[in-house]
Parts: sequence; C-alpha cells; structure tokens
Amino acid sequence: MSTGIAGVADTLARPFRAPLSPRARTRVPLVVTAVLLVAMFAVGSARYDGFFSTQVLLNLLIDNSFLLVVAIGVTFVILTGGIDLSVGSVVALSTMLTAWLVERQGWPLFAVIPLVLLVGAGGGALMGWVIHTFEIQPFIVTLAGMFLARGLCYTISTESISISDKTTVTIAQTRLVMPGGLFVSPAVVIALVVLAVAFVALHHTRFGRNVHALGGNETSARLMGLPVGATKVAVYAVSGLCSALGGVLLTFYMLSGYALHAVGMELDAIAATVIGGTLLTGGSGFVLGTALGVLVLGMIQTVINFQGTLSSWWTRIVIGALLFVFIVLQRLLGGNRKSTG
Amino acid sequence: MTPHPAKGPSAGGVGQRLLRHRLFWPSAVLAALLLGNLAFTHDFFAVHVRGDHLYGSLIDILQFGAPLILVSLGMTLVIATRGIDLSVGSTVAIAGALACEHIAGSSDPGSVSTVLGAVAVALGGAVVIGLVNGTLVSRLGVQPIVATLILMVAGRGIAQLVSDGQIITVTSSPYKMIGGGYWLMFPFAVLLAAVIVVLTSLVTRRSALGLLIESVGGNPAASRLVGIRAAGLLTVVYVFCALCAAVAGLMISSNVSSADGNNAGLWIELDAILAVVIGGTALTGGRFSLGGTVLGALIIQTLSTTVYTLGVPPETTLVFKAFVVIAVCLIQSPVFRAKVLSRRKPAASRQNAPADDSPLPQEVRT
Repeated sequence: MSTGIAGVADTLARPFRAPLSPRARTRVPLVVTAVLLVAMFAVGSARYDGFFSTQVLLNLLIDNSFLLVVAIGVTFVILTGGIDLSVGSVVALSTMLTAWLVERQGWPLFAVIPLVLLVGAGGGALMGWVIHTFEIQPFIVTLAGMFLARGLCYTISTESISISDKTTVTIAQTRLVMPGGLFVSPAVVIALVVLAVAFVALHHTRFGRNVHALGGNETSARLMGLPVGATKVAVYAVSGLCSALGGVLLTFYMLSGYALHAVGMELDAIAATVIGGTLLTGGSGFVLGTALGVLVLGMIQTVINFQGTLSSWWTRIVIGALLFVFIVLQRLLGGNRKSTG
Repeated sequence: MTPHPAKGPSAGGVGQRLLRHRLFWPSAVLAALLLGNLAFTHDFFAVHVRGDHLYGSLIDILQFGAPLILVSLGMTLVIATRGIDLSVGSTVAIAGALACEHIAGSSDPGSVSTVLGAVAVALGGAVVIGLVNGTLVSRLGVQPIVATLILMVAGRGIAQLVSDGQIITVTSSPYKMIGGGYWLMFPFAVLLAAVIVVLTSLVTRRSALGLLIESVGGNPAASRLVGIRAAGLLTVVYVFCALCAAVAGLMISSNVSSADGNNAGLWIELDAILAVVIGGTALTGGRFSLGGTVLGALIIQTLSTTVYTLGVPPETTLVFKAFVVIAVCLIQSPVFRAKVLSRRKPAASRQNAPADDSPLPQEVRT
C-alpha cells in the first residue's frame, strides 16, 4: 500500500530508515519507551512532592508484578505472530478459583496454587492445540476462551469472595525489607524470577529460537523441520501458565477473588508488549522491553494517582492512546514488512 | 457448511436443494429453539393486541434482538473483508452516553429537535470511531483484531469520561420512542432495524458494492491489482459497522432511559460474532450472508430469552456461548471437517475440503 497515510508515512520515515539497519530499527521503540519512562519520572518528580524516591519506583513493581508476569506470557504468543485475548479472564478465574478453594472449601493454599497453575497451563495448551490442529484463527479461539473463563468465574460465584485464610494473609502482608527502609513484596521477586527465566528461554534456548522462527515465517519454519505444532501449543501453554500465576499474585494483592478482577488486562498486557518493542506481526521482540512497557503503564497510573484530580478511567484511555502511537510508530519504522489487509 | 445453493443438477430434488440452501440450518435451529420454548411456556407463540400495540414473547424477542441484529449487520460486512471489529460494545456505550449527555444537558429534553441533535451527536461519534478503526486497518495495515482492541478497552473509559462516571438518566418521550416506542402496532426499534437491514441488503446486493467487499475479503492484493480501491472500501465498512453499533446503542439506552458506560453493550461483540458465524459467513472472509446474520442474531436472542425463562443465572450463559462459538467455528473449519467427518463420507469431504493445499500461515488470515 503506497497511497494515503502509508505514503506520507514512508516519506516521513525515510530520513530515519536510511542510516538504520533493520536490526537497529526494531530497537527504536525500545529506546523511545526508555526515554518516555525517564521523562515521565522526571516530570512527575518536578511536579509532585514525594514523587522522586526509590520507594515510588519499587511501588511501581509491587503494584504491577502480576501485570508483568501476564505480559511476559503474552510476549511469547505475540512473538509467534499469534494473540491471546483470554489472559485477563484467566487471571480473574485464577483469583476466583484460589479464593473459592481456600476460603469456601478449606483447601490448603499450597495445594491450591499448583492446581490453579495447572488449570491455566492446561487451558492455554488446549487453546493452542485447537488453533494448530484445526487451523482456526487464534483470536477467535482465545476470544472464546476469554468468555469461557469469565463465565466460569460467575458459575463459581457472582459475588466477590474475600480471603481471611491465615497463610494467605501472612504471605500477602510480607514485606521484604531492604537497606534504607525500602521494601518490596514477595510477588515482585517472583515476577523478576519469571522475567529472568523467560529471558533465558527466549534468547538462549532452542525453544526460544523456534518461537522467533515461527513468528518470522511459519511456512519457512515448517519447511526447515522445526516443530511448529509443539511450539505453538507450548507458547499458549506458557501464556496460560503466566496468566494463572499472575492471577495468584493478584489474589495476594487484592486478598479476594472476583469475576470482575482484571477486566481489560489483555489490552494492558498487549500494550506493554508492543510498547516494549515486540512486533505485533511476530518474529522480533524483547522480553526485557515488555518489563519496560509494564513500568511505563505503571508510571501512567502513578502520575494519575499523584495528580489526584483525574479519574481512574483516564488510565485506560491513556494506555489506549499510547498503544495507538506505538503501533503507528512500528508501522513507520518497520515499513510494509507484512501487510495483513 | 457454506453450502452453495446452486450445486447443479446433481444436487437432487427439491428436498435436497432445500437442505443445501445456506439459510436452511440457521432457520431449522431457530425453529427448533422456538418450539423448544413452547414446551416451557405454553402461550409462547401467542401475540395479543393490547391498546395500540402488539404484545407477546415473539415480539419481545424481536424488540430486544433489534440492537443485536444491527451490531451483527455491521459486523457481517467487516468479517466479509477478513476483518473483525471488537470495539462495537464500546461504541454502543459511547453512543448511548453521548446521546444521553446531550439530552440531559439541553434546556428542553422533551423536544424532538433535542433528540435529533442527540442522535446526530451519537452518529458523529460513531463516524470518528469507525474512521480510527478503518484507518488503522486499511492505511497502516494493523491487524483488525489489535486495531479494534484499542477502542474495545479504551472506549469504555471514553464512555465513562463522557458521562463523568455516572449513569445518566434522561426523561424524554421522543428519545424513549427509539428503543421502547411503538409505531404501526410494532416496536419502533424492530421497524428501524428492519429498514436498515433491507437498505443494506439492497445496497450490497443490487449494486456491485457487496461483490467488491467480498473481493477485498477474498484476496486483498488481487483486488487492488484489478483496480478496487481496497483501503477506501475497508474504511467505509468500519464506519458502517460503527454506525450500526451506535444506532444499537441509542436503542439500548433509550429503552432503559439511561446510559451506563460500564455495562451498556457489554459482551455484545461475542454475540455479534456468533450471530455472523451461525449465519454462515466465514471468518476467513470473502463471502457474507445478511439474511443468515439476521437469523443468527434471532437465534442468540431466543437463546438468551430461553435462559431467562429457565431461571439460569444470565452470566453463566457466557460459558455456554463460548462453547457454541468454538463448535460453530470447528464445523466451519475445513481441516476439522476433513479430519473428523471424513471417516464417514470420505468422497464428499475430499471434494470440498481445500485446506490441505493451502498452507497459508495463520497470521495472514487474521
């Protein structure tokens, strides 16, 4: 398409495009995101008292650890060129399942968590299997998964279930104190471990290379003899597992299970991934960028909180606008690598 | 699935041809559902005249189904171009909020001119939404699913912003007319939906427009090469879809005389996609059936009514609908039919299962 806006975009992007190698070009959104993060922190520090502190940055991690875990899972799926719309609902189902089993059924917490993770990973694998085996578009399968998980929440209970279980409350209130009176929650540590594991898996293993190859060109990947089906099932399983783990972390954060938890989190997760420099068409991306993206989204929330006069729905609007800008940026820089009319 | 009505003389007699008609299965399912309801509610088919309007379960299904019919109508054309519009639910909410905000803020809420102004504002908002979606998809080549996801989630925030986070309640009898009024004995919403459906099918089927849409959906690159202005056409289709959703939003908010940014049109996108798919329009684009979509929307509305009648918690129908979506998509999937159904009739499925010789990567189709 070389008419209209795309044509203008081509002209605009030309000065950027000439000196940059394709590899460097995919990193531009990442640099923009890093600059954005620093700029937002600087502006926040200048405008609001008490904004400029290490604890504000740590709170960013504490308040977004579950989103980070979910977004890491989504990064795997987007890298293969797929999409997972079910993550928000699976998070909600996990909070619901955890709260219901622990609180209403009296199960021990440490038996519930593995079960919830298994449900998430199993559900993801099942969706991946349907997508691969029957060649149905990922969005329709995961959209059905989204409604299925949300509906299952309501079959458990239409009300919010709050948790008063001693073990759960103790873990939720644990603070890992660091020198200087700073603290983080255990969820932050778990999220960072997940990030490290994902980084190694994506960049230093055969599985990671398969994921990238699949997103680059599925037909080529198949012709090269890569296990396309197994990889596809695996990435959706990873996404499901991460969503379930994110749900468990959110349960600790909220100390409740509710069918309306994490509404719209799929957008947050996809936005974090895209803002972090992962191409929506697959094949190229950075899981550390996703972490950066999550921090940007968290920073938006923090600024809105500090401002005080803005309502919470502004968060969603700003995230939507930011996603819009970054998608346009990707198209400008990436040119017409793949047109999916 | 997607049976071609003109299969030639080999299709057999009248009965065979009826079976192969593309509207046969949707009609049969709808009829079965309605008959099934008769078992629970004995006067289900009774339609009375009370005062100056018709009254009965069937009329209720039509009236409450009118918004879904409209949303599905727009969705059909978008899906025919190989796209998808997830933002219709938010568009419903935004349109309702814009209209109610306009009426609540005017000095004379009851006047017809105020209501017309409100309708204009809502439709104007829809055009903007459609242009944003259409531009992202057609000019920038973003996958439709992601392009419309932005407004699906951010749109609810915009609706909240318009209504300042409140549920706006309005008292305006002309506005009430759109979703809750009666005209010529019939609910006004049903007549409005019928007029829009008929106009749309006339425009798409009596002119080349429908063919062009199908062509873009079938093969965007080839259509561009033969001189179809695909980008403009796509934008028009997304604007049309947003307009349909906006009219549905007016109906919904008018019917309850209020606008709720959080809950208006919630989850209607799945219902609409489901209606389109049940109606025989393939998600892979390239052909569409407006009549099938209307039948599909009526099936879903009948299902919802049935669920209410049975006393099942309405939220749990989400589970049920999710299974129906997957089942319908599986039946439509050529691979599924080749793998599962071929054991029974190998010859037939080999004929109309072109899946094995089209190893297109998945993302090209989304």
